[in-house]
Formats: sequence, structure tokens, C-alpha cells
Amino acid sequence: MKHLLSTADLSRADAIHILDVAEEMAEVNTREVRKLPALRGKTVVNLFFEDSTRTRISFEAAAKRLSADVINFAAKGSSVSKGESLKDTVQTLGAMGIDGIVIRHPASGAPRVLAEADWIDVPVVNAGDGTHEHPTQALLDAFTMRRRLHGSASRGTALDGVRVLIVGDVLHSRVARSNAWLLRTLGAEVTFAAPPTLLPAVDRPFGAAVHHDLDAALAEDCDVVMLLRIQQERMNDAFFPNPREYTRHFGLTAARAAALSERTLIMHPGPMNRGLEIAGVAADDPRSTVVEQVANGVSVRMAVLYLALTGEHEPKEPVA
Amino acid sequence: MTAHLIRGAQLVDGTRADIRLEGRRISAVGSGLDAAGATVVDADGLIALPGLVDLHTHLREPGAEESETVLTGSRAAAAGGFTAVNAMANSSPVADTAGVVEQVQALGDDAGYVTVRPIGAVSQGLQGTHLSEIGAMATSRAKVRVFSDDGSCVADPLLMRRALEYIKGFGGVLAQHAQEPRLTIGAQMNEGRLSSELGLAGWPAVAEEAIIARDVLLADHVGARLHVCHVSTAGSVEVIRWAKSRGIDVTAEVTPHHLVLTEDLIAGVDGAPGYDARYKVNPPLRSREDVDALRAALADGTIDIVATDHAPHTAEAKCCEWPAAANGMVGLESALSVVHAAVVEDGRLGWSDVARVLSEAPARIGQVAGHGQGVTEGAPAELTLYDPAAVREFSVDDLAGQSQNSPYLGMRLPGRVVATFHLGNPTLLDGRLVDAETVAAHAAAVRAGTA
Repeated sequence: MKHLLSTADLSRADAIHILDVAEEMAEVNTREVRKLPALRGKTVVNLFFEDSTRTRISFEAAAKRLSADVINFAAKGSSVSKGESLKDTVQTLGAMGIDGIVIRHPASGAPRVLAEADWIDVPVVNAGDGTHEHPTQALLDAFTMRRRLHGSASRGTALDGVRVLIVGDVLHSRVARSNAWLLRTLGAEVTFAAPPTLLPAVDRPFGAAVHHDLDAALAEDCDVVMLLRIQQERMNDAFFPNPREYTRHFGLTAARAAALSERTLIMHPGPMNRGLEIAGVAADDPRSTVVEQVANGVSVRMAVLYLALTGEHEPKEPVA
Repeated sequence: MTAHLIRGAQLVDGTRADIRLEGRRISAVGSGLDAAGATVVDADGLIALPGLVDLHTHLREPGAEESETVLTGSRAAAAGGFTAVNAMANSSPVADTAGVVEQVQALGDDAGYVTVRPIGAVSQGLQGTHLSEIGAMATSRAKVRVFSDDGSCVADPLLMRRALEYIKGFGGVLAQHAQEPRLTIGAQMNEGRLSSELGLAGWPAVAEEAIIARDVLLADHVGARLHVCHVSTAGSVEVIRWAKSRGIDVTAEVTPHHLVLTEDLIAGVDGAPGYDARYKVNPPLRSREDVDALRAALADGTIDIVATDHAPHTAEAKCCEWPAAANGMVGLESALSVVHAAVVEDGRLGWSDVARVLSEAPARIGQVAGHGQGVTEGAPAELTLYDPAAVREFSVDDLAGQSQNSPYLGMRLPGRVVATFHLGNPTLLDGRLVDAETVAAHAAAVRAGTA
């Protein structure tokens, strides 16, 4: 794997391999010394053109546990805010000698433009681009589902027949896109529940079935219900009347959570708007994987960085 | 007086003839014409088209001379077989006063490669709130007859109504950039399945169609002429067809790129780069169904003309992430070959139709005097010699303007413009531009009456 730009272009075998390597990394994360020498001497840049403390910290922890040196580049207050182009920023970093770029950018497609341009020749990992993709989030979500469903027998498995309901702002969500493509590649069935204003105006967006009625969707007894974050700016732009109405129709309220099956997983990519798209009791329920998702995020990002920067398919024997 | 004898050209009706140019006129068209005193140009195998007229060109001067100037844009036009261009008003300062339009016209006259006709802004600063000094521009030395806020839509329905009425009083036409602004906030590409998959904000077809529907009704109501710029959707074609069937005085243009390119290019299939900003243009590239509808509309006359929307941009305005990139493509140099590929090769248009949609009709709509009168005895000596048998891989060597943001680089295109004659003299000969000093000197001599 040279780059990780999108889940849409991952094969089933590639995806399972990344998840299996992530299992190895998760094992490392349970040790007393949570560190591998795999990327010693390599420098990874977290190139963040958009604020995202959580994702940036997760990538930083992942790189450091692989012994890489990490440079954090936040666009705010940097030369970028003075009008420097992406090309110049990247060439500047390239001149300093770096081995990989983790990029978060508000422009859809920016990681792909970077990977395909001749500005720099290093692996590029997409940490979220505009309203396009967030592949490591989808991988950590799939990893979390696989672990909950298959436990210690997860290695080598996919998500065949798993029914996943994704609720909320699909239209603007990179998490929804990456998840829909990856989960379907892994054999899961994906359904969206959202008002039409928050869905692309096409039939079966990203190959998923669509419900405009959350209760009808929940009545189909899904294995996973994933809530998407509602961004503040959507509330001012006529996508729905107000937060109260959104919660009433599309929130995982306490009553809806109580009615879920015992085995249904409750997922959220974070950060949560408690009381809006997810009730506090639902977020804290034993069926909720919200905290596990964060922990698994580090393992999955270790796997992605390892595979991208070493170009190898199997992790080296961990050195204690 | 200079004279040229073009020997053995094919006229648009398929007959073969010699064409003799004397001064600014075509003095004779026929077989076996006398070459005495004339420079002979061998046109065996070449089609003689009336000089092409572009109703929609961005020359970028004043204000963005790093991407194009009146001179460099005029050279691009001559290289593409054009003898007249209409320069859009979205310069800086905006062409909303007599001073700016006279300056643009004067720069065009000095360059001498083509007739440059300035288009005046409809609203002050293209802001869509107050009418610009339309009367001053119409009665200036530039005698502006086409008014447009192109790049922006005249969205306010009351201002649109007033503009249609007011421009009518000066015998002009309003050329509308049809784009409902509220429906296209942040829009990046055609709205549909592909935009949702690429995560780019959609530019829905209805945002164009709703404005055209409103505008044809307004034009009908006030009895004014309306011209619709760069029609890009099948639905727009239906609205215009309906309006014409009702006798509404509307004309419409399509760009060469909307006749051949589709939104799929943005996804970057088959190893091509994705999000390649060369394909970013406004209105955006649409679907294959839209392309087919536009070709059919050009063939049946629903769409009157082809206009390039030549929009030069510097490399840095395109060498960046998609949403940050500028809208627009250069198109003057490639227009005739693209029309050839899109609608001539499949037999929808003959060469007389090409002469109509790229010369006669745009000259009539834009009231471009001295152009669009065909290759006939007594007509102005404005013509283009085109080799329809040539095939080339389009490259930067085919671009003659200052910018290289062409979507056709690397594509195989049919045909080649071999020569262009403006004011009776060549601006392009053997596929090479005549040097700027010679062209400018000839134009100056014509103005002084000494040519």
C-alpha cells in the first residue's frame, strides 16, 4: 500500500489485511512498553489544514508507538494562513526530509491531488478531506465491529451479513462515505436513515438503502446503529427546522436506545453532541463502543502508517 | 492595396473556387481567377469558412494581464480561425463605464489580429444591484451592443426586468449567465451521483434552468431580446425550445467543451489524475445525456451558436486542490476542431452549418459589423482556411495565448486551422501566427485609410 486515500479503492483482501495488522498493533498496545521500532528514523508529518485535535492526536500516538519522529503542522497561524499554496507547503516540508504525510484538508480530493502530483514522492494518508472520505475512521469502525462480533477470533474475518444503520448527516459526512464503501466491501449491508435534506439526491447513495423514518429503520433490527455528528452550521441553513425536531425524529433517544436489541452496537465517531443525535444514556450504555473506537483508532492508524511507510505486507517480529 | 488570391479552396457548399481578396473586401469568388498583383495562397484540400466570431471571450485585460492580454488573447483567437471576439466585462476594473470599453476596443484595434468588441456590464461592478452606465457605453466610441454580467448572474428579477427594458432602448442584447446564486452556494461540479461520491458540493441543473425559464418569460413580457450564455443542461434546451416555439426573442449559445466533455473526467478514471482542476469550469461539465441533448439542440437550431467562453488562468490558479482552483478553460485555439469532432464528424452539422453557428449567427446576435457575411463577392475579407483531413494530438504548441489551461492537451482532435485573414491580410499563415508588428502595422494602415 503506497497511499491510503479512500476506502472505495480498497479490495476486500486489502481491507482484511489492514484490520489483521491492526490486531497485532492492538496487542502491542496492551503491553507494558507500548512501542515498536518499526518506523525508527522515519519522520511523519501531520499536515492539518483543519482543526481536529482528536484525529491529530490519534495519528501522533500511532506514529510515536512505531518510533517515528512526528512533526505537527497546523495551518492556522502558519504560512498557509498567509496564502501559501498546498504545493509550496508540501515542497517546503519535502525539502526538510520527511517520509510520510498524514493530511487533513477542508477540500475534498486534496489528499489525492497531493498523492498524484509530482510535488513530493512520499506515502500520503488521508485523515479526512472535506465532505469526501475519512478512511481510517471507517477502518477503525470496521475493526471495532469485528472485535465485538468475533472477539479473539477476529483475524481473517470480514463483516458478511452484518446490518449497519448509519443515521444523520450523510450528505456532508466523510465518515458515512468511507464507511458505506468499506462496510459493503467487507460484506455488510448498509442502510442510511436521514431526512432527504441530509442525503445526496440520488437513488441508493453509495450503494446503501435509505430510510426517512428512523423508527421504521430501527424496526428492521440492525446489528449496528451508527450516529453521525450534526455540525452546528447545518442548523442555520434550513437542513432541518431546529435541534429539538432533529432529536425527535433522528436522535438515538433514551427510549429508542432502550428498545434496541441487546446485541445491537451503538457507535459514534465523536465528538458527540449529547442530547442531540445521541442521548447520554445511549452513549454510556454497555452496547456503546464510543470509547473503544478511540482506542482502536490508534491501533488502526499504527497499521496504516506501518503498511504505508514500510511498503511491507507483514509486520516485522516485534522487538521488545 | 494588398491583394491575395486563395487558390482552389472548398466553399462551405462543397464547390471548389478561387477567392480573391482586395483591400478589405472579397473582390471575386470563382474558378480560374487572375492572380495578377496578388499573393497566391494554395488552398487545395482546405475549406474556406467565413472568419469565426466568438460572442464569449475573456481577454482578462485590464486587471489580470498575467493570464491574458488583449494582444495575447487576440493571437489565440487568430490561431483558432477567429476574426472577431466579444470581450466579456468581468475585468478589473469592470467594463461598466465608457472609459473601460473604449480602452479595450482601442487595445484590440492596436493589436490588429481580430476585431475586439467589448461587452458592457449590466450592473455596476457586476454586483447585481444597480444598472451600469449602459447608455454611455452604447453611445461611446466602442458602441457596445452586448451587455452581460457573465461570471455572475443577474439574479434579482426586478433588476433583470429593468435591464432587459433599458438595453432594448439602445438596440442591444442582454447575455445572461444563468445561475441561481442561492442554489449554487459553494457549488463545485454538476450535482448528481458523482458529486456526492467525490464529496464536492453540487451545482444542480435546476439552478440554470430556473433562471432561463424566468428570463424568457421576462423577455416576453417586456418585448426584449435575451441571449443565454453557455447553456449546459438538457433541461435548459427544453426550456429554450419551448420559448422559441412561443415566438419569444431568445438566442442561446453552447461552448465547445460542453459538446464533448463530461463530468466523469473529474473522477480521474483509467489512471488519469482525479480532481484535475483543468476540468473545473462554470457552468460545470455535465452528464453524457446533457452532451447529447446539446448536440441535438445545436443541430436543430434550438441553440443558435457556439461560443468559446475562453477563460485563461495562470498555472498556479489551476495547480491546487479542486475547491481552491479557478473556473474556466481556454478554448479559442481548439474551438473549431472540437466542433468538428463533436457534431461534424457524426454528420449532424455540415460546413455551412459550422459557418452559421461560428460566424454568421454570432455576428448577427452581437451586431459585429464587418463579420459573418460569408465567403461571397463583396463580403468583408474575413476568412479562415481549415484543413479537415488533418489529425493532431492537441498540445501546448497549439496554444497561442498566454495561458495553458486547456482540457484538450493530449487529446486527438481532427482538423487544423491553416490560415486566417482579417482586414484582407493574413494573421495566421501555414498554421503560424504572423508576427505582431506586421499585423499591427497593417491594422494601423487600414485605420488610416492607407492600406
